[in-house]
Amino acid sequence: MDYHSPASFAEASALAANATGITRFLAGGTDVLVQLRSELVTPDTLIDIKKIEGVSDITKNADGSWTIGVAATGAEMSEHPELGGDWPGVVEAMDLIGSTQVQGRATLTGNLCNGSPAADSVPAMAAAGVTVTVTGPEGTREVAVEEIPTGPGKTSLSKGELVSAVHIPARGEDGGDAYLRFIPRTEMDIAVVGVGVNLRLDGDTVTEARVSLGAVAPTVLLVEDCAKAIIGSTLDDAALDALAAAASAACNPIDDKRGTIAFRTEVAGVLAKRAAKIAYARAKGEQA
Amino acid sequence: MSKFHVSTTVNGDSVEYLCDPRETLLDCLRDKLNLTGAKEGCGTGDCGACSVSVDGRLVCSCLMLGVEADGKQIETVEGIADGDVLHPLQQKFIEHAALQCGICTPGILVAAKSLLEKNPNPTEEETRYWLAGNLCRCTGYDKIIRAVMETAEELREAS
Ligand SMILES: Cc1cc2nc3c(=O)[nH]c(=O)nc-3n(C[C@H](O)[C@H](O)[C@H](O)COP(=O)(O)OP(=O)(O)OC[C@H]3O[C@@H](n4cnc5c(N)ncnc54)[C@H](O)[C@@H]3O)c2cc1C
Ligand code: FES
Ligand code: FES
Repeated sequence: MDYHSPASFAEASALAANATGITRFLAGGTDVLVQLRSELVTPDTLIDIKKIEGVSDITKNADGSWTIGVAATGAEMSEHPELGGDWPGVVEAMDLIGSTQVQGRATLTGNLCNGSPAADSVPAMAAAGVTVTVTGPEGTREVAVEEIPTGPGKTSLSKGELVSAVHIPARGEDGGDAYLRFIPRTEMDIAVVGVGVNLRLDGDTVTEARVSLGAVAPTVLLVEDCAKAIIGSTLDDAALDALAAAASAACNPIDDKRGTIAFRTEVAGVLAKRAAKIAYARAKGEQA
Repeated sequence: MSKFHVSTTVNGDSVEYLCDPRETLLDCLRDKLNLTGAKEGCGTGDCGACSVSVDGRLVCSCLMLGVEADGKQIETVEGIADGDVLHPLQQKFIEHAALQCGICTPGILVAAKSLLEKNPNPTEEETRYWLAGNLCRCTGYDKIIRAVMETAEELREAS
């Protein structure tokens, strides 16, 4: 295994473009090292991106949007004085990942690019409308988070491409987001279902919504029928029931020891309702 | 296979070692620096027996490469006592019999110290969540939690 620690994304991209065999980028390493140790994946080339300047920065831009460096950790996101006020759902989803020790290293970008269908931060990011900058041999492009994973362990990034920044939109007025997952334990487990909801209100009426499901299909799902079910409503019981039905209908899960297909499908609806209520309360400026 | 030359600081001392890029920080601490306090329970980030702090941040040394330690400040359980004088956490662990086989203890001491540095007045729930990544097969956790809570109280009174 060759180890490199380039000083720029262009250099990282060139190293990856010219590498043969298996290449991995090293952010927090909480997936890469586990796969290396269990001999699932031994990269031929490992490219550590943490020596690139600014990769741990969390920046609020002049327009209210956020740029999160690709090495900023879950702990740094949770400790940030303002980020969690704007995007509590995204921060909570990241904070659900692993233990205190894992939080000290794990990143949003690693969670996304590892390609696990159960990755916790990914539905929250998809709901929030997060995009990433991808740097490759041909230059850079902006890609929506939900376009990155293409199946378990697979992404749409081509050879030589890597994520160089994460962008969260400006929160804006009267908006709120939330993420909930179901796990059989209270800590340290993999999502059986995860649901991210992000919405905006005009008075009591939902005017914009994005609803995303994790762990119920080979990739994260951004479910338009869920958004339609609540847009125009005041999140009354009929809208919540329609939301739950749309969430369950979108599921295409697997059966495993953590949950059956029937259970995952049912729980997706239940969690969608609960997450929507929390996001709604947050949009109203209430504690939730 | 080319080896990497790493210069780092462990418990305040400058140290250097040569490592293969596949070796973890845990391997390097134990096998090159003879600091065998950090233990390998699982090697996959689940048990916390390998906990150390890196630039003030609690991490699993089994999930970090030895090469990544270059230029960092590492703290391990060996640095917790002041010479022969035990740290209050260590003292309380003995008083409460918060250990049996002791495999988890170095990791739990490092993790608990890191908690008290960030939050001198944690609730029991905060303490339990903070230590959720430190598994213990022997004690049932209760004695560990009591020892940490009592140390926190004494340190607050002392300061
Ligand atoms: C004990 C434990 C508990 C865990 N619990 C959870 C959990 O509850 N929920 C959850 O979702 N995950 C969990 N995980 C998995 C893991 O912690 C997360 O997926 C984490 O966010 C990965 O981030 P990282 O920075 O450590 O990624 P790394 O391991 O550094 O990288 C992961 C993948 O992303 C790629 N990558 C990294 N950076 C880039 C980049 N800039 N551009 C392109 N590709 C890149 C790498 O090549 C690799 O394939 C857990 C892991 C452990 C060890
Ligand atoms: S040995 Fe590192 S967490 Fe178990
Ligand atoms: S004392 Fe034996 S594992 Fe904790």
